[in-house]
Parts: sequence; structure tokens; C-alpha cells
Amino acid sequence: MTLALVDGNNFYVSCERVFNPKLEGKPVVVLSNNDGCAVARSAEVKALGVKMGEPWFKMRDLAKKHGILALSSNYALYADMSNRMMTVLRQFSPDQEVYSIDECFLGLDGFQHLDLIEYGHAMRQRVRQWVGIPVCVGIAETKTLAKLANHCAKKNHAGKEGVCDLTRMTDTERSALFSNIGIREIWGVGPRLTEQLVGRGITNVEALRNSDAKTLRREFSVVLERTIAELNGIPCMDLEEVVPNKQQIMSSRSFGQYVYDLAPLQEAVACYIAIAAEKLRSQGSVAGMVQVYVRTNPHKADAPQYQRGLTVPLTEASDDTLLLTRAALWGLKKLYRPGYAYQKAGVALLNLSAAGAPQMDLFSTAKDNSRVMAVMDRINGMWGRGTLHSAAEGVRHDWHMKREKVSPGYTTRWDQLPLVT
Amino acid sequence: MNGHQVPGCATLPGERLFAGLPQPCIPQPGIPMLATPVPAGFPSPAADFVEDRLSLDEHLIEHKEATFFVRVTGNSMTGFGIHDGDLLVVDRALHPADRSVVIAVVDGEFTVKQLCRIPTGVLLRANGNGHSDIFVGPDQELTVWGVVRWSIHSI
Repeated sequence: MTLALVDGNNFYVSCERVFNPKLEGKPVVVLSNNDGCAVARSAEVKALGVKMGEPWFKMRDLAKKHGILALSSNYALYADMSNRMMTVLRQFSPDQEVYSIDECFLGLDGFQHLDLIEYGHAMRQRVRQWVGIPVCVGIAETKTLAKLANHCAKKNHAGKEGVCDLTRMTDTERSALFSNIGIREIWGVGPRLTEQLVGRGITNVEALRNSDAKTLRREFSVVLERTIAELNGIPCMDLEEVVPNKQQIMSSRSFGQYVYDLAPLQEAVACYIAIAAEKLRSQGSVAGMVQVYVRTNPHKADAPQYQRGLTVPLTEASDDTLLLTRAALWGLKKLYRPGYAYQKAGVALLNLSAAGAPQMDLFSTAKDNSRVMAVMDRINGMWGRGTLHSAAEGVRHDWHMKREKVSPGYTTRWDQLPLVT
Repeated sequence: MNGHQVPGCATLPGERLFAGLPQPCIPQPGIPMLATPVPAGFPSPAADFVEDRLSLDEHLIEHKEATFFVRVTGNSMTGFGIHDGDLLVVDRALHPADRSVVIAVVDGEFTVKQLCRIPTGVLLRANGNGHSDIFVGPDQELTVWGVVRWSIHSI
């Protein structure tokens, strides 16, 4: 197997820069929902030592000193740009697995007659020109190695100008390269596992590659055994071109301000159900259980703390927003306690199964709302989410998340197009 | 009864939407006319000759992924038929040729101008009267953001 991992550099920041050239060369961070933490950092910001996930309030002084520009996340823009990038990359291979909003694997079996490094540069060049996003390309025999190759390309450990092809290296060259890369950079090796492996003297990729997979499997997991095989060029993971249906669908968000009363919590929960239920229908599933939870701010130790969740089973699996909302609100009423400053609520749809093969219930009284749901989805698809919604969702939404520094919908709103003089 | 219902027409939404039929009052570009079931009676003599309705998207957009819309402010390009408030269709997949109308980045701002290669560098020409032309020397960097394919002007 030969494949490439193509990954957008500082993707969210790069999206913003396409439409705001003034951000070029300046330190820029994009903040998470409610303008909380850094979720994307430009190279200039990384150089200042700002870590991923660092809260904005902690970097305020640094930001003032170095003129760091902060933006709220503009997910509508990032989604459109991601879509464009992935479609352009599909021109380079019929086999694509979109792995996340800013990265995809491309199968390159059958392309070996080409100079793959040149091919990688062609991908880079085209995405940069057509969409405006800089990307790096890592080429290797397995997914884990392709990820590593991409890391090397990004950090300039190997390859050049953003393309690294491990298949071109001899084993000695690989050993030399891998000895200089920490195991933390390996796909699937998290901070805890890193700590445990380092404790056993396995600190770099080369050391892990040469470890005895069977022994480590006994001590850790089969996943680690697979990682070791993949590092040795034995593919254990195939390209997944069709995204498997989700086993559970969650929707949760922190509020823009603390919420004390039941009514706004009910609105928020109804909104989250609406979002989750739409996803549920789009993948053609029904849910058998609805989970709802609320919590206060755990970082505010002096305030009274409360956190609770409840799972509500349904007599009949459903994809009906109205029915799921009713179940979630029933649960919410059970767990709501007055006197707390709630910071977050969330819902999860569980026990998912394919729609269309329902288990009949003898005492079923459920009304079939499937046509209403289909109409609602179509209208919301055309005129924007929330055009049609349940009354339970309310209209004022004072609890809505804060996005004070959000950029315009350059590619999705007629009234927010980029201006040219 | 829906035989020649024209998409986009005004109808009372409730009834039709909930009827579960193909949605006659939701515009769906590119759907062949008469594709909705023809009720009993004499079959349409045109049924075998249905073609896709013309789509402006198809006409104006060559590279979907690389095409962006921008809005013009100001009158620096009226000489080229580009007016204040016009909508420009910009294709980033095209290479700018000499005398292409382009979106260029000048001092961090987008500007629409005609790109002219001259012996001493590049001239970004406006209007034609020479007033707001911008000269870019060989040692200066010029970013061409995209090539303008169409200007859509409201009458």
C-alpha cells in the first residue's frame, strides 16, 4: 500500500487569511466556542510559545505585547473551505478518506509509476492556488507512517517544501530520521501512553519500531501492537472511504453567560436536540435513548457545584425531533435544581439503529411525524438552520455562545462577501 | 394538477409541502420541466424531448472549488464596465494572462484592476484614464488573488 496524508497548515488561520490578507505574516489565533481557548495558531503564535488549547485570558498580556490578533471560530467558513480543499484533492486519487476537517488520506496504489514527490508538490500547488490553503503532504506505506511523514514535512525534519516521501528512503535513512522524533508525535500515542513508554526507556520512534510488539501488546493493548506493525511498514488500517455511521450523536455547548432558571435551560436542550436529531436523520438512523446533562463551572471552585446526567429510554426508537425533545425535557426537569449557576448543557442520542426496521410496540401511541421532519430538514437546508423549529427552542437565546470576533461569512452569505475597490 | 407548475411560483406552502409530492414550489435548478408525473389523459407529446433547464451556475462557474464571489465598491473600473455594487465571479484556477482583469492584493486590501505586463514590471490599470493605476516594480511582490471572469450588474 502507498498513500498520502494531506493536511492543511494552521487550517482555521489559513482560511481567515485567504479573505483577510492583512493577517498574513502576523501572529493570529482562532478561539474556540465562547472565545475560550486557542484552537488554531499561526506559525508566529506558535513561535511565541502559545500552546494549543491555551485559554485566551491567560495569553492576554502576551497578546498585547506582541500584537496577537484573536478571532472567534467561523465554522461556516471553515466547513466550506474544507469542502473545496477535499474536492480539489480528489482530483489526485479516486481513493480518499476525509479524516478530519483539515486532513485526508489519498490512496496512491497504481500511481507508483509517477514521481510521487513531484505529485505531492502538484497537490500542494493546486490546493494553494485554487483554494488558497497551504498544505503539507506525507507519503508512506501505512497510515501511521504517512502521518509521521506529514509531521516531518511540516517540521522540516525530512523532505522539502512541505512534501516528505518515506518510501524513497533506505532503511538506514529511516532509522536515522526516526531516532530524532519523539514517540509523542506518533498517531495514536497519547500523553499517558507516552509517559508509560518513556518510563520503559522507549523515547523515540526508532526505539518503539524495534520494540517487541507481542510483549507490549500484553502490557498495553492490541492498538499499540498495530501501531508498531504500521511503523514497520505493515498496513493494519485500510482507507475508509465510506464514513461509518455514528454510534452516538452528541450536541453540547457552554453558554455565553451563566444560566440559572429552568426555562433557558429547556430552550438550550431543545436546540441541541434539534441539531442532533437532524444529524440522526441525515445518516438514516433512529435513537433508542436520549441522554441529557447539565453542569456548573468546575473551574470556579468557590461557587456551589452541581453536575448530573440522566438517560431516558424511549418505548420506540425514533428520529422525531418533537418526540426526542419531549424525552430530553422530561429528563431535564428531573435533574434541574434551582440555585446553581449553570455553565453547560448537553444531549446525546444513544442506542442508534437503522431507521425503517422499527421494533413494533404493542402500546405504541406515537404519531408518525416523518413527513413533517422531512419538510423541516428541507426547509432548514435551504434557508438556514432554525428557520423552522420547535416552539420549545424559544427565540431569544440569551444563553447563546459568545463569538465577538467572528469574521464574515465570505462564501456563504450574500451580504457578507469580500469587498474589492 | 401539477403538470406545469413552475418552480419558484408563489403558492400557499402548507398544503403542497405536506402533500409529500415532488415539491413544486421549492426552486430546484436543473430539474427538467415536465419531470413531475403527468396525470391521466393524453400523454404529453414533449415527454421524450425534455432537456435540462439552463443553469446560470453552469454558465458562470467553470471551476466550482476555485470560484468565489466578491462585491465591488467604488468607481475605479467603470471604464471596464465594472460598477459600484457589482458582483464579480472570480476564478482562482486560471492563470492571469496579460490584460486579464484580476483581483490583486495591494497593501493588504483587495483591488480589482487590469493586469498589464510592461517592460519595467507590471501595471495594474484602472478605468483607462491613468488616474488610479498602480505600478509594481520587478523587486516588489504582487499577489494576484484570482482572475475575474464575470461582472454581474443589476439594471
